[in-house]
Amino acid sequence: MAFGRSDSAKNPPKMPTAIKLLIAGGFGVGKTTMVGAVSEIRPLRTEETLTDRSVGVDDLSGVEAKATTTVAMDFGRISIGQDFVLYLFGTPGQERFWFVWDELARGALGAVVLADTRRLADCFPSVDYFERRGTPFVVAVNCFEGAPVFDLDEVKLALNLSQDVPIMLCDARKRESGKEVLIELVKHAYGKRPTAAAR
Amino acid sequence: MNPEWSPDEERLLDAPTIRPYVIARGRTEAQDRFDLISLAVTIRPTTGAEIGLDPEHQAIVRLCRRPLSVAEIAAHLDLPAGIVRVLLGDLFDRGFVAVQQPQPETDVLDERMYKAVLDGLRAL
Repeated sequence: MAFGRSDSAKNPPKMPTAIKLLIAGGFGVGKTTMVGAVSEIRPLRTEETLTDRSVGVDDLSGVEAKATTTVAMDFGRISIGQDFVLYLFGTPGQERFWFVWDELARGALGAVVLADTRRLADCFPSVDYFERRGTPFVVAVNCFEGAPVFDLDEVKLALNLSQDVPIMLCDARKRESGKEVLIELVKHAYGKRPTAAAR
Repeated sequence: MNPEWSPDEERLLDAPTIRPYVIARGRTEAQDRFDLISLAVTIRPTTGAEIGLDPEHQAIVRLCRRPLSVAEIAAHLDLPAGIVRVLLGDLFDRGFVAVQQPQPETDVLDERMYKAVLDGLRAL
């Protein structure tokens, strides 16, 4: 490629390294809430448009209007000093938008799967997706008021998670709680990083 | 033009979708060049007199005085990310912006980075 990390500019300004983290889970589970709780900016929204390049990836049978399907994603940002900037993307809730998931997951350091014990099955597609793709992920059970409280081991069993996948309780509205989840994720991803096994 | 076009099809193409593709002059090929978190920063300001730069190009150049991701540019300008990629490609090719691609998944993500990110998160 003709461009890259050190490219065309004579004196390219020093830029931080951008790191992508995903917040996944079912509709209404609190993804955007969590993004907003930890982000230094008000969550922003970006749209991807389904274009020809996605045909064949996404099942478009019966969909006649190409290039008019847009998928909105909310995201936030956390600057880590001058050197790194974390971008947190809430994944689109509709699982049929796999093409966006694939793009989001490419290069992502890891993912948080948010779960709601009242609708645990809603997070199955996310868990399946990250397992299949090999993206490091943690499961955070968002504590909604009035939701039944389960033992985390039971939830883990119900989700059929492999033993090493961290699972924890969280409150997606609270910055401190979101922070703890992200720390757990980065620690987990560190252990799973591609180079870890080779060393 | 498609000879089988009928007025009925028009309703399938809503204006908010058409407008961005006019800005990008129908080009979509540059879309795979940049990730949502590719960072762009302006390295040469526009004078406003450049040929072939649309107001949207100018807006990106102004916006990127500090490094911003494709996703942020798209959100600020209220344009689909795909269109921003095309416009950014133009600006990159003409030397107005520098673009930093994120690290490939299989690459680096070295210990130093994990440690810095962990420390940074803990200090939030």
